[in-house]
Amino acid sequence: MKTIGILGIQGAIEEHESSLQKIGCKTLWVKEASDLTRIDGIILPGGESTSMGKQLVWSGLMEPLRQSIAQGLPVFGTCAGMILLAKELDGNNAQSRIGLMDILVRRNAYGSQLDSFVTELEVKGFAQPLPAVFIRAPRIESCGNGVETLASHQGHPVLVRQAKMLAASFHPELTDNTELHRYFTEMI
Amino acid sequence: MTTHMQNDADWKVKLGLAEMLKNGVIMDVTNVEQAKIAEDAGAIAVMALERVPSDIRAQGGVARMSDPKMIMEIKQAVSIPVMAKCRIGHFAEAQILQALGIDFIDESEVLTPADDEFHINKHDFKIPFVCGCRNLGEALRRIGEGAALIRTKGEAGTGNIVEAVRHMRALMAGIHRLQACGKEELMTEAKNLGAPYDLVCYVAEHGKLPVPNFSAGGVATPADAALMRQLGAESVFVGSGIFKSSNPKKVAKAIVEATTNYMDAGKLAKLSEDLGEPMHGIDVRQLDEKHLFANRGW
Repeated sequence: MKTIGILGIQGAIEEHESSLQKIGCKTLWVKEASDLTRIDGIILPGGESTSMGKQLVWSGLMEPLRQSIAQGLPVFGTCAGMILLAKELDGNNAQSRIGLMDILVRRNAYGSQLDSFVTELEVKGFAQPLPAVFIRAPRIESCGNGVETLASHQGHPVLVRQAKMLAASFHPELTDNTELHRYFTEMI
Repeated sequence: MTTHMQNDADWKVKLGLAEMLKNGVIMDVTNVEQAKIAEDAGAIAVMALERVPSDIRAQGGVARMSDPKMIMEIKQAVSIPVMAKCRIGHFAEAQILQALGIDFIDESEVLTPADDEFHINKHDFKIPFVCGCRNLGEALRRIGEGAALIRTKGEAGTGNIVEAVRHMRALMAGIHRLQACGKEELMTEAKNLGAPYDLVCYVAEHGKLPVPNFSAGGVATPADAALMRQLGAESVFVGSGIFKSSNPKKVAKAIVEATTNYMDAGKLAKLSEDLGEPMHGIDVRQLDEKHLFANRGW
């Protein structure tokens, strides 16, 4: 049985936990470096990327986490988690983050909470449309060469993959559909 | 989309933002400088208001929605979600706040109530609402009206955690009680709680509220935040406790880290060190019943 870590600092951690448990994974809240040795992959959940980024630095977890991902620990970032993964941030490029995925992201680009929305996405390789909840969502403005787009919405990529890194600007964990979590565990 | 599907989608994104705010700290701020301090300290959202609760308490008079200009200045200064307060029942203030395009409205007992009988019908709005409660019945009435997030009230502006503890314990005891009930008991429970039957059934089945459950009103130290988290709060609101302390930057960061590491007493000890003078605070027993904010709303 695979054990999937969820970065356990802030945000909608329990929702990912519940999606993963539904598909038969063990879960672990990752709070310190030693937790990284006990997991097969890690999810960076939705929440506030500035708060997570700062606390990653303060707690000393940032460097070990970055190293693990650079060395191939499979990672799935949703919303704020995608911001943490982005190499380039439009606006505040100084914001603390992991920064390993070759994407340019703009925070809150879809607007404030009044612009949050629910839709269905066609995902490459998925038989059924995937329900997706966008909440104050970050937008992928451009992708590097090694990045594959798995789904788009209104002309922008919203689900992308680069080797063992997967990132979504939406929240699969806020729906009952577990297909994307299953896809991630199959990357491991 | 049918109306039902649109309502469903609206509810999903309201509740979704509330879920994203879990495991964090929301801070009261009265100007741009404080908002930036809050963001730098790792706050997950700020509550923009003209006076923190302890000043509202000290100055008296009618407390109303803040000046939209001040709210917008704060919205432009930070990248994290911005909340603002309207008076209980004052749906016109809520309409104005929604028009500003902020992220969350607090229908708050800290402001002077506009209606002593009815709360706002929050289903009418696209923007999510947070409301206070002192017990399970009050929480479920607010959720029934459309609140996407609940916070226990505590007693704002006192720097005294005792009321926050009382309300969280009452709420959790109410939830545990329903879990132990047989199905045939639930309608009577709903009647006694004054709460919608379907929500009572939800709580009995799931052992939690159908929306996230935060704590407010009296948090002044990292230990207070850890206490409320251990009692069941998924996040904490901090009002006067930060900017009425002698070292707001340090206290703000310490409360954020304490909220994340609320089970780690070793870390909490370190975070509690050398924070300077906390907010002075008020013994709630010295307050007249009529001065308690928590008794506003029903």
